[in-house]
Amino acid sequence: MSNYKLIYRITVLTAAVFIALLVGAAIIIAVGGNVFETYWIILSMPFKNFRSLCEVFTRMIPLMIIALGICVSSRCGINNIGAEGQMHMGVVAACAVAFAVQGLPRLIAIPLCILAAALAGGAYGFVPGFLKAKLEVSELLSTVMLNYAAALFYNFCIRVPLRDPNDATGTPMSARLPDNTLLSKFFRGTSFHGGIILAILLVVVIYVLLFKTTWGYKMRAAGASARAARYGGINVPKYLIIAMVISGACAGMAGATELMGLQTRAMENITSGYGFSGIVVALFASLHPIAVIPAAFFFGILLYSQVNLQILTSVPPNLVQTIQGVIILIIVALQMIINNPYSQEKFRKRFFKNQIKDIKEA
Amino acid sequence: MGAILVNTLTFTVRFSVALLIASMGEMFNQKAGIFNLGCEGIMSMGAFLGMLIPFSVGGAGAVPGYVNILGLVVGALCGALMGLLFGLVVVTFRAPQGIAGIGMQMFGVGLAGTFFRSFIGGQQSITGIESVAIPGLSKIPVLGDILFSHNPVVYFAYLLVPLAWFVIYKTPWGMKVRAVGTFPLAADSLGIKVNRIRYQSLAVGGAMAGFAGAFLTLCQAKQFSAGIINGRGFIAVALVYFGQWHPVKILMGAILFTFAESLQRQVQMFGQAFPYEFLAMLPYILVIVVLAFNRKSNKFGPAALGKPFNREMRV
Repeated sequence: MSNYKLIYRITVLTAAVFIALLVGAAIIIAVGGNVFETYWIILSMPFKNFRSLCEVFTRMIPLMIIALGICVSSRCGINNIGAEGQMHMGVVAACAVAFAVQGLPRLIAIPLCILAAALAGGAYGFVPGFLKAKLEVSELLSTVMLNYAAALFYNFCIRVPLRDPNDATGTPMSARLPDNTLLSKFFRGTSFHGGIILAILLVVVIYVLLFKTTWGYKMRAAGASARAARYGGINVPKYLIIAMVISGACAGMAGATELMGLQTRAMENITSGYGFSGIVVALFASLHPIAVIPAAFFFGILLYSQVNLQILTSVPPNLVQTIQGVIILIIVALQMIINNPYSQEKFRKRFFKNQIKDIKEA
Repeated sequence: MGAILVNTLTFTVRFSVALLIASMGEMFNQKAGIFNLGCEGIMSMGAFLGMLIPFSVGGAGAVPGYVNILGLVVGALCGALMGLLFGLVVVTFRAPQGIAGIGMQMFGVGLAGTFFRSFIGGQQSITGIESVAIPGLSKIPVLGDILFSHNPVVYFAYLLVPLAWFVIYKTPWGMKVRAVGTFPLAADSLGIKVNRIRYQSLAVGGAMAGFAGAFLTLCQAKQFSAGIINGRGFIAVALVYFGQWHPVKILMGAILFTFAESLQRQVQMFGQAFPYEFLAMLPYILVIVVLAFNRKSNKFGPAALGKPFNREMRV
């Protein structure tokens, strides 16, 4: 992507955020809060000290991993909104394996848990992919239904088979994971954990997969135009399924990092909406794996602000979910402007006159 | 056993209403070619308003009947507005409808949650609209309990089915809606304003979704919580597929799904041994199975479903 297109895209996305914040301001006024104070809390609290910055980083980890998976599926032309369910499945698998590998050294135990989570999430992503490719079931509906089913299955697992045997409180949750399966924290007293290594690794893997391999090329071709791809000899249903499996595996791994790095035990509401926030992050990153990093940082700030809003203001933290929804609506609405070659050209003529020569040469 | 069955059927008739109205609305959207996955969010806002209005007038106590009706109406109006907002995104800006629907869902659920926390606060209940036993008819054994001892709104909802059928198949506007959803280019060439009809159908569909949400709080749950819709909006969308875009078949679908749901609730109450989560999963799994084995029904659907109309493009 040449220089001016990137800047054009960033400009439009900034405008999207700005409009979303305006809508948010209207809502804050409606519930009787102070707009500037609220936004100041949202934007400044993460940078107040190192601990809160680490909180943002912690939230980045699952966001990034899920968003990367969604990049793959959306690039292939299938909408995966089942990340929430795939994440639940990943947590169940990682938790079950963690107790099975109790005595093993960490270097074997941790990858085994993550692998199990990836397999479980991938299998759970396979179902809607298969239904879409072979039986033409809308993936939008099947993934949503599977989300609810997975949440119920997860609740069953932490209530019966994985239940902490020594628990006296009656809360359904698993026992604390054995120490050899916990991801270590980077800094004492913060929540920032080793899952970020997996996240960064996955950024590279997904980038290479999408842009440097035949698989990635075929997936992107199938997403750009399924008919043209089929004419070109690409087995579109096969790549739909593969993309869904990769997407589900990512969501499953996100669940594993959340379990092994942060929560240390499987408890209720462990996914806390990351599955849907991941969609927003992926869209915000224009489905580009590298852009996922800054996008996840931004939404990490937004998600972390839920905690501060609860403590410091009278504005309900549900505001963050609303703003996320507005951002989705605005970004998809602005796609037409982002991808419009005519307005891109106008933007270039206006701000990048001196680049015309470079483009002609290129 | 007989009591369980009568209970199940009574609950089926009562609880199918929210699904039924929402899917009727979604049918209007889809007939015009718009796939509105934001139904869940619209229902959420409707449900919140259905709670807010009686609660702000009379708290948990009884309120005059017209206030409750006002709750339903305001819920429907808000739904229509949200439908128009969705129209702005997917009709005017021609956004991909699936993802836009998810945005709408997050927006609606989030907004309802935000307002609920600041205007109502915590768990509160309202009196809502009480059931009325129809004199005479409700005395019929078994059938009287199942069919004739409901909320007035329930009967109104069932009347919507023939009404929707009439509007879609027998009025000029319904004809236009179907044309716009089948072949917008041809409709446009005959002078039908494609985008205007789509906006109108979104407003109608949104109003019905909002009404369904308000019904949930006013007549069914009598309280609001953030998870009150709990996937009903999505099931409503799936029911439209299941019902092959025909009001009567959608009615049958709504009854079938609510029957599954009520049955599992009754079984939960009586059979303790079986983990209830698996029973609660049943309706969701049923949706997927039905969609998977109902593959042919896609051919009955509006041909232009999910495709934004661009007047400047020839195909």
